[in-house]
Amino acid sequence: MRYSGWKVLAQGLRGNTGWAPAWRDPAPKAAYDAVIIGGGGHGLATAYYLAKNHGLTNIAVLEKGYLGSGNIGRNTTIVRANYFLPGNSEFYSHSLKLWEGLEAELNYNVMHSQRGLINLFHSDGQRDAFARRGNAMINQGDDAVLLDREGVRELLPYLDYDNTRFPIYGGLLHPRGGTARHDAVAWGYARAADRRGVDLIQNCEVTGIDVVDGRVTGVQTTRGAIRARKVGMVVAGRSSQVAAMAGLRLPIESHVLQAFVTEGLKPVIDHVISFGMGHFYISQSDKGGLVFGGDLDFYASYAARGNLPMVEHVMEAGMTLMPMIGRARVLRSWGGIMDMTPDGSPIIDRTPVAGLFVDAGWNYGGFKAVPASGWCMAHLMATGESHPVAARFRLDRFATGHLLDEEGTGSQHNLH
Amino acid sequence: MRLTCPLCGPRDRREFYYYGAAVYLDRPAADAPPEAWDEYLHLRDNPAGVTQDLWYHEQGCGSWLKVTRNTVTHEILAVDAVSAADAAEEAR
Repeated sequence: MRYSGWKVLAQGLRGNTGWAPAWRDPAPKAAYDAVIIGGGGHGLATAYYLAKNHGLTNIAVLEKGYLGSGNIGRNTTIVRANYFLPGNSEFYSHSLKLWEGLEAELNYNVMHSQRGLINLFHSDGQRDAFARRGNAMINQGDDAVLLDREGVRELLPYLDYDNTRFPIYGGLLHPRGGTARHDAVAWGYARAADRRGVDLIQNCEVTGIDVVDGRVTGVQTTRGAIRARKVGMVVAGRSSQVAAMAGLRLPIESHVLQAFVTEGLKPVIDHVISFGMGHFYISQSDKGGLVFGGDLDFYASYAARGNLPMVEHVMEAGMTLMPMIGRARVLRSWGGIMDMTPDGSPIIDRTPVAGLFVDAGWNYGGFKAVPASGWCMAHLMATGESHPVAARFRLDRFATGHLLDEEGTGSQHNLH
Repeated sequence: MRLTCPLCGPRDRREFYYYGAAVYLDRPAADAPPEAWDEYLHLRDNPAGVTQDLWYHEQGCGSWLKVTRNTVTHEILAVDAVSAADAAEEAR
């Protein structure tokens, strides 16, 4: 069924009795041309683009829980393309362009809202760094506007402009940045992939990866063995465990990142605001909740919850920046498990096992990358070659020294 | 989360700095091949369950600690001073 305004109206008149399930619930076949492990945003996008761009439809997505049950439902929904380094810049630029056409492409409302993202700066040196970043964004073909203090005040009059520790000198506005409805991205890709014949198999945990003579031949699952000559591991949050089934060790350490949402409020924050010096960022969801977060808890963790010191730190930073939110009540907090790589950049690459591909290491930036990650992983799995915009996301770059250290802090697990 | 420092007793997590997996103690020889250094610096078992990692009691006694804990439950199973833990290892 194709969704449209007319369909909504017609279904409304018929008491919404005619809606069909958005995707099938097929039993796994004994063999596929390709199998994708992981039914989250990246895995579903990979399946969709394999079918759409490369005509590969005899494929399956294997998900151990339900579709979109991992980090696609645990992030803070921010979409942006404000990267600096060659290798990152063109990738996220490509991703943002895909976002801009995503709803028409998928025939699904992902509520992509380009409300503008503002990164605040607090010193002359930081202003220089942001001006340089803005120039890199413009050179890449994206948009950036350097705002002075008064320019920020015009857009965000409610910030504390009298803070002496981190006085607001201005901000880098990325007008095309914004947010999207996170779950809808998984659902939209799932539905669109299913319509092209992809089997989305839920409650199907992969328990082993079959490798014969250095080549992948299939996977073992809780719903039986499945043969496939190509297998993609798209399981950020559990990458190390899945890769270990093929005898691989990844340059990844898993960390917990917390996020928070308040009760619904009337519209008050119109943009995405990032206060890097306080490790705090915030936006307001369409439902009205203030969605905000901070930095990692900073210890290896697989618990989908964090500890109180970081909760306190994030709340303090929020109050420092915008005292007006002090009376908003926090409804929920949660944690997501981040695949942290030593240099803070992701991996989309072949592995030493022929036919086995990996899409992992999304650190705390996976959500905005979903469309381009799927696009590039599909290209890699279909052609065996890296897509040009993801060519630097190599698995072996730590061994060879071709790092992508966007933060410029070094290549070590505890630095990002 | 609290860690029981062998010298200072139970202390808040905020007093400690997390360094990384305890494999950092197994530093390769200076003339080891590049692969050994890649293993040491970058590749990780990254277990979901019991792991050992290094913490520094930054706002306490300044000890380096080898902490045995569960990454899924955040349960702390043992905290040993690195030097003592190493000595015990060598004795075994």
